[in-house]
Parts: sequence; structure tokens; C-alpha cells
Amino acid sequence: MSHLNVIVSAIADVAEGIRHFTLVDAAGRELPGFSGGSHVVVSMRAGARTYRNAYSLLSPPSDRSNYQIAVRLQENSRGGSRFMHEQVQVGTALEIAWPVNLFAISRVGRKHILVAGGIGITPFMSQAHDLLRTGANFELHYAFRSPRHAAFVDELRRLLGPRLKCYDQSQGQLLDPAALLSHQPLGTHVYVCGPGGMVDAVLDTAARLGWPDAHVHHEEFLAPPVGEPFAIRLAQSQRVVEVGAEESMLEAMEAAGVDVPYLCRGGACGRCELEVLATDGVLEHHDHYLSEDERRAGNKIMPCVSRAKCTFIELNL
Amino acid sequence: MNNLAYKLETFRDDYTFRNSPDAIRRFPFPFDQDHYMYSVNIEPHKPGAPGSVFEHTFDIDEHYVAECADKALTLAQDKGRYAALPHMMDAQWDFLELTMESLARDYPDQFKLSKEGERWTWTNLPLGIEDSFIFGDASTLPMEPLEYMGRQVQGDFVLLDQREGTLFADAGFITSQADWSLAFDIGMAWHEWHGPVPQVEKMGVMERALKFLLSLQQGSPVRRLNWTMTINPRLDTSPEHYPQWGPDKLKVTAENAGRKAHLRVELQGLFRLPRSNAILFSIRCYLMSLEEMATYPRWIKRFHRVIRDLHPDLLEYKGIKVYHAPLMAWLAPHDDGEELPLGTQPE
Repeated sequence: MSHLNVIVSAIADVAEGIRHFTLVDAAGRELPGFSGGSHVVVSMRAGARTYRNAYSLLSPPSDRSNYQIAVRLQENSRGGSRFMHEQVQVGTALEIAWPVNLFAISRVGRKHILVAGGIGITPFMSQAHDLLRTGANFELHYAFRSPRHAAFVDELRRLLGPRLKCYDQSQGQLLDPAALLSHQPLGTHVYVCGPGGMVDAVLDTAARLGWPDAHVHHEEFLAPPVGEPFAIRLAQSQRVVEVGAEESMLEAMEAAGVDVPYLCRGGACGRCELEVLATDGVLEHHDHYLSEDERRAGNKIMPCVSRAKCTFIELNL
Repeated sequence: MNNLAYKLETFRDDYTFRNSPDAIRRFPFPFDQDHYMYSVNIEPHKPGAPGSVFEHTFDIDEHYVAECADKALTLAQDKGRYAALPHMMDAQWDFLELTMESLARDYPDQFKLSKEGERWTWTNLPLGIEDSFIFGDASTLPMEPLEYMGRQVQGDFVLLDQREGTLFADAGFITSQADWSLAFDIGMAWHEWHGPVPQVEKMGVMERALKFLLSLQQGSPVRRLNWTMTINPRLDTSPEHYPQWGPDKLKVTAENAGRKAHLRVELQGLFRLPRSNAILFSIRCYLMSLEEMATYPRWIKRFHRVIRDLHPDLLEYKGIKVYHAPLMAWLAPHDDGEELPLGTQPE
């Protein structure tokens, strides 16, 4: 997998617990272009461990002089967001993967409703620039806990004017998905990124109102949950990899030098799917990718977020 | 390569197209063993050996000027060979940027690109073109960006929009297709346009290939080879013009097959594009007559075995069935049954 070497050129606190990083190419070149909604996976070397987290790109896609990301300090951080908040300084060198877009605007949509909750605003920052540039019909609905938590709200107001609608929960302003989705013209697409409850509410409402699946988009990167340690047996290479309580299967295999493909590292894209040959316990699926039938069949797993309650799991790798 | 190395030749009417010995040696012969079966056979599109067709992102060879002239003729006869749905304009500019930057970098004596902010100047010395334009403003180009550069790069180009978990062929510049139609396929989703390939659906190949392409990454393009056969060195074997080339299949004899029958290899490239998140599917066509192939005995022997043992469904699909007998009559005497090493290289 090809990587880009970048250096942190600026850091700013933009809301409570949310830190904003500007990244420039280490050799001073232009960075690759990208499309609105793209993310990059940032590799963080913290001692013996390497964390890799996906962060949406915030900057205007047409500006190739730098990338911008925002990182919220997770309360139960496994290390990635804490590393970004506590270790990274101006001048720190980081390695990032090329931009990937798993949350693209549908270019055939007639109208676009963007729904953000909290840090879920990040993918819409670059999308808003693209939608403005192409003259699309769109509005952004942004819900946050309080003005202290409202990252980028001033910038968005300047950029979007009346296209931006804010919902300040501390003032009792609640975003009602039914009110939002029930009177939209045919050909409208809705995009949601935010806490799980908000994403579910928008998806459920859209389904109940009869919106076609193809017009409903969401992005929700999960962090791998902690669990109990177990062992991975790799059938083809005849190796055994131990998975610690606080690391994902993917991270454990990477640390052992096993080459496993990935894109989002958040259970969304399906790229890291592996075949399960055997286990003496039960698989714990945490991804958004596998269907109910596939989970029942029990022969596939997404090692980026899923694990198993067992002593061993055997993979066809 | 300088201007003088471009050959004056035709891909229609009197068919004066020929390969030089150098072009034969670098031909992307696709058969690494004596038997052929469809496979996805995708590999990273990394720079290959110097002089090979894989050396550069887009290969420019001795046929460049003649092929561009043939493209212009085909397009003049049938405007429908270029089509782009309105939502593909970002992808068109991505295509223009990728082709201009690649050609200027890989063939600096032939193509030049200079940028002053958004004002770009493009110079194509072999075709005698020089234009200045504003990147992103289609009104400053003589035609839409995909048509503009589609006319100046060998091969065909399809821009695939990614949405709804699949890929849609929503723009294309298609003048050298192997019997498929842009007018028919435009706007189609992945499974629709691959519907007719035999022996494929049951293998789940298309499903796996789609999954792979949906996660194709910017900066990591891939390529594969595909092949068929064409009678006479004709680039435009489109269904629309079938009456002009289809009947030629009936004129193949055991005597003329070496001159008339050509192996047609497509070097297919797939690139994730930056602004549009679309995928560029490039299809570069290489033609080689059997007489030319026979200058390397290892190739002609292997080709004989591949054609002899090809699955009947594939003989039908590739349109070879009607002249299979005279083709075999010409090929068989070239094959002494020698055991051949694995691999595609000529001796």
C-alpha cells in the first residue's frame, strides 16, 4: 500500500476536546487531489505499537498545499486519539495513506441533505466545498451539544450562509429526522454522519418514509472494541498471532508483520474481509458490512473491528 | 522516439498497418501457458521494463499518428463514439490532467505541459497541437476535456462513476472497440454491461472483480491483458459498422490467414481519479498478424495450442468460430509439438 509522508504544520483547538491539524507534504510537494467526503488513515508510532485511525479531510479539495483533519479525544481512547492530542506537535512527521472516499456525494442527486452530529461534521467540510463549486442544491443540518462543542461553526456560517441550519442541544434545539425527510422532492439524497443513535434515527426514518436505499448514505467509523485475548492461526503460513485485549485482529497481524489489506479500518468498507476456517468459540462481529446471513454462516470476519470470544480462530491466510 | 519514427499507415480500406520488428518484440503477448481460460489477472500498473509497453502510464508507439488519424475518421462518421453524461465533468478534467501530466512526464520530447495557476498550455508536437486553456473551464477548450485528450492518446477510454455500490459507464471515448457499443452501454451498471460474457457468471469472477474495483485506490492503478482476434488490422470493429468488417471473417483461407488474421490484445488500465472519485478504464489495443507472430516460433506454437483447445463458448464469443478451420490449417504446420517453457517472453 502506498503512503504519503507528511509533517504537522499547525495545530489548533477548535472545540472542546477537538484538535485541528494541518499536514503538509514532507518534501514540500503538492499533495494528491481528492473528492469531498474522503478520509486518510494516519499511522501513529507510539513506542512498540502502531495505531492507525481514519480521519476525514476537512480542507477544500482544490487546495493541494495541505490537508486538514480534526481529532476528537475519545473518552476511552485505545491510544490513537490520545496520541494525536498528547504526543503530536508542530513538526511531527506522520505517515498517511492516500485519500479514500467511502462517503461520496451522489453526482446524479437533484438535492442533497447533509446531517451532522458533533465530530460527524468532518466529512461534510470537504463535501460542502465540492457542492458549492458544482452549484448543487444542498443544505447542511448540524447538531451539537453546546456552542463549546460546535467545531467549525463560524467557518461554515461564512461559507454556507442560509444553507446551514444549526441545532444547539443546550438550547433544547433538536433535529427531527421525520420533519426533515418527510417533505423532500423526488431525487433527494440524504447523508448522515454522527453518533450511532443519530445515524440509526435517520436511516430508520428514511426507510419508514419509503426512501430508496440508494438515496440514503451514512458514514460511521467504529473504533475496535476491547475484549479478551485470543490467538489467530494462519492456515496458509502456519503462523500463530496473539491478539491482546486492547488491540484489534488487524493491528495484531500487522504488528506480527502479516500483510492484510484494509481501507477504512472502521468496519465500513469490507476491504479487509477474511475467511474463517475454524474457531473453538464465537465470532463477535462489530462491522457494518456483513449481512445477517453472512454473520450466521460464520465464515467471514472483518479483522479491523471484529474479534472472537475463544482461545483460537483459524483464518485462510 | 522522434517524429520521423511515426509510421504513415491505415487501419481501414487498404490496411497498410504493419509492425516493425521492434514493435513485434515488445508486443504484449498474453499467453503464458498452452491453455487459456478467462481470469481476472489483475496486477499493479507499475512502470515495467524499459522499452516494454508497460514502461509508461500510457504507451505511445510507432502507430501513434496513424491511430489518432483513424480515431478522427471514426468519430467524424459517428459522433456517438464520444458521449458523456453531464455529471461526469469533474471526471473529464481528471482524465485530461492524468493524460497530459503522464505524457509530458514520460515523453518530454513529444509532449509539453506548462501551468501558470489554472492557465495551462498543452503542446503535442507529433500532432501539431498547441492550446492554452483554463483548467476547469470547458469553454476555454475546443471541445470537452475527454474528447480533447481522447483524440490525442492511443486507445479507448471509459469513465466509471461509483455509486449505489456499483460502477456506471457514464462517459466514454470509444473508437477501437472489440465489438461493443458505447451508445448501448452508456449509463449501464457493472453487471448489465458484463451480462453476456460466457463461462464467467458461474465463476463469480465479475462479483470479485467489482468488489476489488470499488476499493481501487488513488495512486495504485492496476492493469490486465485481454485478447481477441480481428480479421485485417482494423481498430474500429464496432457493432455499428459490422457490415464493413464482419463479412471479412468469411474470406479467411488457409493461404491468407497469416496475413489477414490478427491477434488483438487489449492492455486495460484502471485508475482511481482524484476530484471525481470516478474510475478511468483505459483500453489500449495492440494488433499483430500471425505472420508477424511467427517471427517468434515460441509464440506461434503456443498460439496454435491455445486456439486449438479453446472452449467452444469462447470461440463463439470471440467471433473465431466461423474461420476456426482455415485458421487451424494455417497454424498447425507452425507447431512441431515442442514442449514450451512457461511465460510470455519471445525467444
